[in-house]
Amino acid sequence: MARRLVVIGNGMAGARAVEEILARSGGDAFDITMFGDEPYGNYNRIMLSHVLSGEESDADIFLNALPWYRENNITLHAGVRVERIDKYSKHVFAADGRVVPYDVLVIATGSHSFLPPMDGLYTPSGSVRHGVFTFRTMDDTRKMVQFAQQEHHRRALVIGGGLLGLEAARGLQAYGLDVAVVHSGGHLMNAQLGPDGGAILRRSVEALGIEVHTGSRTTAVLGKDRITGVRLRDDTELGCDMVVVTAGIRPNVDVAVVSGLAVERAIVVDDHLRVMDEEDIYAVGECVQHRGEVYGLVAPLWEQAAVLADQITGVDRSSVYLGSRTATKLKVAGVDVASMGLPGPELDTDEHIVFSEPSRGVFKSIVIRDNKMVGATLLGDSRKVAYLTQAFDQGLPLPEERLSLMFDLGSPAEEEGVAELADSAQVCNCNGVSKGALVSAVQGGCRSVPAAMDATRAGKGCGACKLLVTQVVEWAADGAVEDDPAASYYVPGIPLDKPALMSRIRELGLRSVSQVFAALAPDSVEDAKSKMGLASLMKMMLAEKYIDERDARFINDRVHANIQRDGTFSVVPQMKGGVTSVQQLRRIADVAEKHKIPMIKLTGGQRIDLLGVAKEDLPTVWADLDMPSGYAYGKSFRTVKTCVGKDYCRFGTGDSTGLGISLESRFQGIESPAKLKLAVSGCPRNCAESLVKDVGVVAVEGGRWEIYIGGAAGAHIRKGDLLVAVDTPEEVTLLAGRFMQYYRENANWLERTYAFVPRVGIERIRSVILDDSEGIAARLDAAMQESVDNYVDPWSERDDPPTPGQFRTSLPLTVLPQVPVR
Amino acid sequence: MKIPHVVGPVDQIPFGEGRAFGIDGEQVAVFRLRDGTLRAVSAVCPHKGGPIADGTIDQRVVMCPLHQHSFELETGCSTTGAKPLRTYEVFADEGQNIVVIP
Ligand code: SRM
Ligand SMILES: Cc1cc2nc3c(=O)[nH]c(=O)nc-3n(C[C@H](O)[C@H](O)[C@H](O)COP(=O)(O)OP(=O)(O)OC[C@H]3O[C@@H](n4cnc5c(N)ncnc54)[C@H](O)[C@@H]3O)c2cc1C
Ligand code: SF4
Ligand code: FES
Repeated sequence: MARRLVVIGNGMAGARAVEEILARSGGDAFDITMFGDEPYGNYNRIMLSHVLSGEESDADIFLNALPWYRENNITLHAGVRVERIDKYSKHVFAADGRVVPYDVLVIATGSHSFLPPMDGLYTPSGSVRHGVFTFRTMDDTRKMVQFAQQEHHRRALVIGGGLLGLEAARGLQAYGLDVAVVHSGGHLMNAQLGPDGGAILRRSVEALGIEVHTGSRTTAVLGKDRITGVRLRDDTELGCDMVVVTAGIRPNVDVAVVSGLAVERAIVVDDHLRVMDEEDIYAVGECVQHRGEVYGLVAPLWEQAAVLADQITGVDRSSVYLGSRTATKLKVAGVDVASMGLPGPELDTDEHIVFSEPSRGVFKSIVIRDNKMVGATLLGDSRKVAYLTQAFDQGLPLPEERLSLMFDLGSPAEEEGVAELADSAQVCNCNGVSKGALVSAVQGGCRSVPAAMDATRAGKGCGACKLLVTQVVEWAADGAVEDDPAASYYVPGIPLDKPALMSRIRELGLRSVSQVFAALAPDSVEDAKSKMGLASLMKMMLAEKYIDERDARFINDRVHANIQRDGTFSVVPQMKGGVTSVQQLRRIADVAEKHKIPMIKLTGGQRIDLLGVAKEDLPTVWADLDMPSGYAYGKSFRTVKTCVGKDYCRFGTGDSTGLGISLESRFQGIESPAKLKLAVSGCPRNCAESLVKDVGVVAVEGGRWEIYIGGAAGAHIRKGDLLVAVDTPEEVTLLAGRFMQYYRENANWLERTYAFVPRVGIERIRSVILDDSEGIAARLDAAMQESVDNYVDPWSERDDPPTPGQFRTSLPLTVLPQVPVR
Repeated sequence: MKIPHVVGPVDQIPFGEGRAFGIDGEQVAVFRLRDGTLRAVSAVCPHKGGPIADGTIDQRVVMCPLHQHSFELETGCSTTGAKPLRTYEVFADEGQNIVVIP
């Protein structure tokens, strides 16, 4: 039988905990009942500030609306308060008389607004006076809006200049009210900011037209029938029509107290979020005290909810919550505020770095202890927040040049962090390789970076982590990292760099990959990892004189399609410049229907992908399509992305589509050390994203064309370098071709232009391509022409496969496709 | 008892490539090395089910096409930390037919 789970409190923590439980299939294990004091489903409390200011409607901020509870078989008692728990008989008692038994109980009662003592706050009957508001719930917010909208209410006074107070003040301004904030602390937001930051924030807030009184406590609310003002400790009186009290929050612990649970400042829980000394009662959110800390922000409660769910469902009993380091990034009254850790130095030895630019409302402060960041505050400019948060969370050692903590002086030196990274930290996000795995590979004898990469496959996905992998290996080897001579080899199995390899191949007249191994590899030993690179290189060098041994190709190049996770393939027909026709579309549709293609997708390269085609079906699919290959699989020229250009677009200054199609027709399918992706845009608006392509062309006013090279926006992002601006499409074609040939001959295997161009240097490339400084321009043009002339559509192999069983399935007993059919 | 299976002529496998066969309910990848010797291993990658017969080989290892785990053709052991492949005895008979012993 399902166990009975009862949750008291239907706010952000309670509902999140239930979601986490459901995500761990807890829906089957538990009958879930939730009680919520508020008569709604769970909403995003943080967004109440936006509801107050009118930027968001209250209906838009629900995280779990009522149907969610029904769909997940959760019994919700909305608007029903729980008054007491009998922990011995395991029942909860609700205000409406309901008594509900539980096997497991979760308390998530959150907090309420604190009303500091002052005269005139309450009516004689003990309720809060009309015109005095707190700011915690949706009802609070609605009431405030209603009141503020009444014409004769002109002036609001907010008591408390913390996050909530400033948000309330800013929100109320939207109703045309004059707003003043009275804050007892010496400066605004003193929980998060030091005095200097507070002073700058004050300027920014005052610039918004909000009056600020700091260091002054409110002692009384004035007025008989209606509110007329407040009195401060120094007897000053400030007039107002409404008062909003945002002077802090207090955890809701009444239920826990009357039920005999452990309560100090809040409900005391252990690292499993279990209430101290209780077997079956857990608590989560702002109502808990964990290792002495009570949190007032959402990030910690997300972490708590996950651990609680691991424990309650038993999915991961080892899961523990060890507390949160709270780093907050907020927009308070329109001002960016980020703060973490200490607001200012505490010890004499603490290092304190401050930058202050009051006129722009920018303030940055960082506190450093033992070369670790222990606190930071950023106001008005939060660009470095991500990096600082990481440095703070992980306790990374910091760059010596402290200035770079505050401003981008190039990217922060990453190696600083390696030693401090946790063993479990994932270094390679593609293959899920942790720092620990790399370290043990090194300890297991991998003394070079490639060896460690081979052993763990770290860095073998998108490649973005290679730098970090290198740093981890170097650190783990403690300086004893062996310089891998192979780093300069074109392919790992032949000990020669690219120029030497090419000249040996020419000297010896080698024409196939197996001949290269026989002649140039140590002991003539073949190497699987080197085959594909050699095949590509030799095809580029020898064109039709190349003896094409199919085993040297990667599977994609053997069957001219891209292998999928289940061993099926994707088919991307050529669609030059992204332009298609009725006939093409109809044919593609017919083929997709006939072959029951599992998924038809528009690619990021402006063409249509037919995914999930079984290997043995490739020839008939190609035949039915009767279109050339789009080369979406090869280390080769891929596509030319275009925009519509001047024939249609009102801004177009050049026929980008026409030029794109002609470039794609000319360079289709030529192999290269890595992919070549091009684009042509009709004007500098760059709708074809030309600035981030291997070769990108942009039409500019005056009938000219700019050529950019070395751009990328994949695993790496780089804006291309301007090679030159020319007058005609013919010049574009010639120079783009010359550059691509230069790249083909000089780039390392798998080195994209985004790495090649900066390595060689744009100046050098310009001088070779434009000024012919090496006297090779004519040869480059001729070599490219030879490759172009040698183009054969690989899909024509469908009629006469060059190797036996070329398209035979490699998983004979598996029914393919296994990819989902859409 | 191990019953040898004849799966057809060796020249259905190009030099340096592999082809897969269903033998006794098991999927077996047979490779013909560039020197003509045969090797047989299980056809499904223990990592994530990749088609081993589509892999790239040399005299020593096969590299799975999906995530490039490598396996020794002789022993099935992975050189990249994956679980091993099963190996099968395989040879060409006088008629140049491939014989696999499951
Ligand atoms: C199909 C497509 C995604 C889509 O559904 O739209 C795609 C699919 C793949 N991309 Fe891509 N890329 C596709 C557009 C892109 C783009 C966008 C573009 O071309 O405008 C990029 C960013 C531009 C770039 O290349 O820099 C892109 C950056 C990558 C990268 C990162 C390359 C890098 O060095 O930064 C890889 C990994 C690699 O090359 O090693 C990659 C690798 C892959 C592979 C080939 C992974 C693989 O080896 O199997 C994916 C094949 C999936 C499959 O099973 O068919 N794909 N990929 C797109 C095909 C475009 C086309 O028509 O040819
Ligand atoms: C205006 C505003 C802006 C905020 N902005 C941010 C921000 O930008 N960033 C940030 O991190 N945090 C912000 N917070 C704080 C954040 O909203 C809280 O940290 C979070 O809501 C706490 O979740 P909780 O579930 O613990 O409490 P709550 O969300 O308050 O949920 C507790 C629920 O339990 C109910 N309840 C209490 N007692 C009982 C009972 N006995 N029986 C039944 N039900 C009961 C309550 O009615 C309430 O619905 C903001 C808060 C407010 C009010
Ligand atoms: S298509 Fe590209 S981005 Fe998408 S999963 Fe594959 S490699 Fe990654
Ligand atoms: S499936 Fe073979 S390496 Fe991943």
